[in-house]
Amino acid sequence: MRINLKVSRYDPQSDGDAHYQTYSLDLPHDATVLDALIQAHGYIDGSLALRYSCRSAVCGSCAMRIDGQARLGCKTKVVDLVHQEGQEVLVEPIGNMPTIKDLVADMESFWGKVRQVQPWLHPAGPEPEREYLVPHATMLDLAGAMNCIMCGACVSDCTVLEVDPDFVAPAALAKAYRFVGDPRDQADGDRLRALTEYGGVWDCTRCNMCVEVCQKGVAPMDRILALRRKAIEDGFQDHIAARHVIEFEEQQRKASWMGV
Amino acid sequence: MPAHDVLVIGAGLAGMRAALEAARAGVDVAMLSKVQPLRSHSAAAQGGINAALGEDDSWETHAFDTAKGSDYLGDQDAIEILCKEAPADIIELERMGTVFSRREDGRIAQRPFGGAGFPRTCYVADITGQAILHVVWEQLIGADVRSYEEWFALSLIVDDGVCRGAVALNMRTGDVMPIQAKTTVMATGGLGRVYHPTTNGFICTGDGTSLAYRIGVPLMDMEFVQFHPTSLKESGVLITEGARGEGAYLLNSLGERFMSKYAPEKIELASRDVVSRAEQTEIDEGRGVDGCVLLDLRHLGAARIKERLPQIRELALDLANTDVIEEPLQVRPGMHYQMGGIKTDIEGATTIRGLYAAGECACVSVHGANRLGGNSLLETVVFGRRAGAAASQYAREASNVTVPETVVQRDLDQIQELFSRSDQGENAAAIRRELGETMRSNVGIFRTGEQLQSACDTIGELKKRYARLKVRHTGEVFNTELLSAIELGFSLDLAEAMAASALAREESRGAHTRRDFPERDDANWLKHTVAYWTPDGPQLEYAPVNIIRWQPERRVY
Repeated sequence: MRINLKVSRYDPQSDGDAHYQTYSLDLPHDATVLDALIQAHGYIDGSLALRYSCRSAVCGSCAMRIDGQARLGCKTKVVDLVHQEGQEVLVEPIGNMPTIKDLVADMESFWGKVRQVQPWLHPAGPEPEREYLVPHATMLDLAGAMNCIMCGACVSDCTVLEVDPDFVAPAALAKAYRFVGDPRDQADGDRLRALTEYGGVWDCTRCNMCVEVCQKGVAPMDRILALRRKAIEDGFQDHIAARHVIEFEEQQRKASWMGV
Repeated sequence: MPAHDVLVIGAGLAGMRAALEAARAGVDVAMLSKVQPLRSHSAAAQGGINAALGEDDSWETHAFDTAKGSDYLGDQDAIEILCKEAPADIIELERMGTVFSRREDGRIAQRPFGGAGFPRTCYVADITGQAILHVVWEQLIGADVRSYEEWFALSLIVDDGVCRGAVALNMRTGDVMPIQAKTTVMATGGLGRVYHPTTNGFICTGDGTSLAYRIGVPLMDMEFVQFHPTSLKESGVLITEGARGEGAYLLNSLGERFMSKYAPEKIELASRDVVSRAEQTEIDEGRGVDGCVLLDLRHLGAARIKERLPQIRELALDLANTDVIEEPLQVRPGMHYQMGGIKTDIEGATTIRGLYAAGECACVSVHGANRLGGNSLLETVVFGRRAGAAASQYAREASNVTVPETVVQRDLDQIQELFSRSDQGENAAAIRRELGETMRSNVGIFRTGEQLQSACDTIGELKKRYARLKVRHTGEVFNTELLSAIELGFSLDLAEAMAASALAREESRGAHTRRDFPERDDANWLKHTVAYWTPDGPQLEYAPVNIIRWQPERRVY
């Protein structure tokens, strides 16, 4: 299968601005976009910079925008994008972050936001003699959130972050959920207080983009909504959006009572 | 010049566990890795981590299974430590926040794994490595440990016979600088990319193993390479042993559960060397399917597959167009793990003062000639912790010596040389591909003296071509062409040690199966191979195996 891989190029050391370069490649039928890039890098143009490792969607290295949408290069088959010989596939670095070189994004702000949610377990009280006794169903739910590989795809295509760089954004919020939802973590109050401030859970517009682009089924927006619910339940209601929800639910209740 | 008490090179599970222990010990510790820590290949471990937690289980049975699995080449003092300390380390991982799957009573659930006499593999569905890697990373964020991310170690600094840190390249700027350390812990993981295909990620090029080898630290048991029984045909991607742990069958083209011929009792859950040999035999004797055998999960049912094996279902869908709920999956043995590595004692210390090693890059040795599934994640946390503790202790007692800035000159010269070679020079990707194919064909599951000699010759030729390798891109920012070239140099050194060690060992033991020497030979070969780097290739010596509890017996599963 012959395709044209059109790749966004940027080298801070050269004077030119970002531009596109097209590599004409002959690929096996089952090739992924990552395979195509590795072939271009290895045999055509060693100056092309990208990150990759596991090629099985667990390391999170190869998130990139493919035909305009954030995806993992290793999980995207060329044949699913190309319908005829010689067709073009567009590859760009993930968005909402500066580019270091070519497809290598500067993820410093991404990691900074993950650090901001204090992403480690805050246990309280004496440790149990052995492991914590916790329900399997809870662990299974958290394993769904732990399935996040921190690739940055959701942050890349987050529509809120595009206009408000202070938004903590989906990946870090899904990470926060992993602790708030964990019965072993005792810092829910502090976490929810911080998460209901500016830039936190109420700044999500529920556009669903993070759910659509997540390659691991983490559904970050659903985790954000779960955090909102928990915040209201636990009394963190001092936010206009929280009050709106409470009022709305109150109206609903009245309306349905009147309707009975 | 940056200076630390302890410098950990590699930030997978072994490296991060070592760094965490050093942070707890109160010394100044830093990690250095060519990738952000969560990109490390520990994330790809799927099936689980072993510990005798069950009421009816015991560390002694775990240790016996491990010694037997090692074909009696594992050092039994190290195996005792691994298995005795396992339960506390698993409990600690749980208390850090690992979301282990649970039994009904809320305790950690355990699944059966190959070569084990008891279901003792703890798991998080089939993302166990990822789940633990992320949790240990969380702890390091909490402890605010310094991390040099996307820094590439070029060489170790040795002064007066003592290791004093590393020369490293900042991938983002191209700056080369010494990072001084009173002790250095090597934890750079595996070398799978010496082969093609392999289950390993592209970063697994054996960098740290080679860095240690080049300064005179011996590599032990490099001929023992694990072929995992279930990898995908084209991509080589791993399909967890947890699939068979949950009850999946292996079938040949006749629909037979052929493992019952080779391992009447354990069947699919014999140890990995046994299952991989059996699969290859079926394929070679014409009972394969497109060069593969079939892994049949259908009888487990959709619910169990979706809950316990979601990742491999997705991988099979994405990479093999197969829904394991509906149809059997084509799998074949694939290069997976290096049992050998940097020779260390039970505290992780190498033969060079100030240098420690842990995890897959090290050889303690707990795996001997064949590793049991679920024991590698365990090794990273037990021996990562021990190496971190020992390195911290050593750092407290070590004196401060300042290395000269000029220590970087040799690495700078080597980089300049790669840039300045003839434009007609060799290409790294092409040499790596040939290396991988030679290793697969000639240092595979079944080996002969002739094949191994041919591998040694080819590797020698590839090394000569490597000396003419040209790096065309000379940019400083994220020059991955340069890094691939340096990685290839590391891999070639290791391949040479592996092939030479395999050629010399004239017996069959564990994963090392010689068609020309099909029997295990305890009289002559119950000993470790120890390879030293020399300019003319590896020099082999031998060392005794520590057998304190179980005498070698015939292995039957």
